[in-house]
Amino acid sequence: MAAIEILGLEKTYMVGFWRKRPKRALQPLHLTVEDGEIFGFLGPNGAGKTTTLKMLMGLVSPTAGTARILGKDWTDPEVKAQIGFLPEQPYFYDYLTAHELLDYYGQLSGVPAKDRKNRVEEVLQRVGLTDIKGIQLRKFSKGMLQRAGIAQAILHSPKLVFLDEPMSGLDPLGRRDVRDLILQLQQEGKTVFFSTHILSDAEALCDRVAIINKGELRGVGAVEELTKSVQGKVEVVWQGTQVPASMKALSAEFHVTGETVRTVISENQQDAAIDVLRRERLRLISIIPLRTSLESYFVEKLQHSQTTAGTSA
Amino acid sequence: MNARIAHIASNTFREAVRDRVLYNLIAFAVLISAAAIFIGQISIEIERLVVINLGLTAVSLFGMVIAIFVGIGLVSKEIEKRTLYTVLSRPVRRWEFIVGKFFGLAGTLVVNTFFMALGVFGALFYVAHRFSGADSSIFIALYFIILQFLIICALALLFSSFSSPLLSAVFAFSLFIIGSFADDLRGFATLAHGLTHWVATGAAYLVPNFSALNVISAVAHQQPISWQLVLQNTLYTLFYTAMALSGAVLVFDRRDLK
Repeated sequence: MAAIEILGLEKTYMVGFWRKRPKRALQPLHLTVEDGEIFGFLGPNGAGKTTTLKMLMGLVSPTAGTARILGKDWTDPEVKAQIGFLPEQPYFYDYLTAHELLDYYGQLSGVPAKDRKNRVEEVLQRVGLTDIKGIQLRKFSKGMLQRAGIAQAILHSPKLVFLDEPMSGLDPLGRRDVRDLILQLQQEGKTVFFSTHILSDAEALCDRVAIINKGELRGVGAVEELTKSVQGKVEVVWQGTQVPASMKALSAEFHVTGETVRTVISENQQDAAIDVLRRERLRLISIIPLRTSLESYFVEKLQHSQTTAGTSA
Repeated sequence: MNARIAHIASNTFREAVRDRVLYNLIAFAVLISAAAIFIGQISIEIERLVVINLGLTAVSLFGMVIAIFVGIGLVSKEIEKRTLYTVLSRPVRRWEFIVGKFFGLAGTLVVNTFFMALGVFGALFYVAHRFSGADSSIFIALYFIILQFLIICALALLFSSFSSPLLSAVFAFSLFIIGSFADDLRGFATLAHGLTHWVATGAAYLVPNFSALNVISAVAHQQPISWQLVLQNTLYTLFYTAMALSGAVLVFDRRDLK
């Protein structure tokens, strides 16, 4: 069963004061997140990530489309008892202490009174918020608030956790803690859907990612698949200083360094390259697929979308 | 009341207490004590009348200011500070949030009124040295004041569900003032003709009838308050409050929390 099925959700806001005009924040979005996945929702600021999350949380109503969460209609109140949500730059009732805040959220999520106290202590410990008893949230640093935010999102042991920019405001140690926590959540069988613009986090954590820009989905798939699909090139290195003539038909550029020659060819030409080297009795040192980083893929997708927009304009 | 509404109401009450809303009681205590001492020295045989008039009017005004200023921020502050996101992403329906907020503020005002009422009775005892049977009607006046608070709370919530806090305050205050002269407006409507008659009649029945809920002067003058009026005002308040809250829910239900 898919944890999330987004079926053509779209959002158009009416902007302007006197003469209202439509502004599309999200093009019809179709996306499926499998159960137990860590799914990254990537995009630059203003891409439509938060709008999508807010629609899934019922905070913003879609102009069209629907979604299914944990196999049920997303508007089903039962669904909300099984999901946790960390909003971007969370802000909480600052007159409460973290214990009071979590107790309140536990009440709203239907955590039984007898379990609540233990659950609160447990999640606070888990997010690294200790020795904070009696301290109101107004005295918390940004990083502590972020940790409290993560604590409230996992307090009621949800099956599905939505995190909007979970690393925001955290120092390197805090980021590592959150990464570990996300991986632990996955090990516990939970599905994690998180939006971020920090690509290294997505690359390190996600099973699959989706890239969104200007309200439009630009790519979706496993991190490895996406990065591999960018160019499909391999790097060939052999011993020697000369480039055989038949090799020049496969590539235009060769780099000779000392006793080795290096070139980059298409993946589907690698067999031909090996045949050439064998025929010429040259020793092959390596053939390595060129794995582009998620960042290059991301940048390429954004550039592509800008070019498309420019062409169509 | 369902559990979620009770939890939201209780948190709203806690917020009011921690935001020092009840500190107004200090100002009230100073005012009522000073008035009692002053009146005790200068009045002749009208101490009771003056203390009841002044005390209950102060209870009404203090409470009204809290109802409006806290009420207009109940929803807008939550949207502005985004505290609402982590509440509505839980199994909480939007109408439960609005109703919970309403009960939280209403509870705050009832507690506030209780302590101010103690002050009024204290001042009355200070100037009159005893309580009479007629003083029991002060409870009815206090009850009507609380009914006024319920209406203004619901209206403040309604306005805050679609407009800015400043505009909400202006609307709520305007309705409080116009509603205080609702009887006069109805009288004017009966005298007017043509379109004016219909507009005035419509407006007279649309604005909350606070004049019917104000029996301070009658209580001060020891005039009896009929049970029929108590019942009528109770039903009127329930109906008006339910309508205003329904409006707030309808508006808030459709609102995008950007």
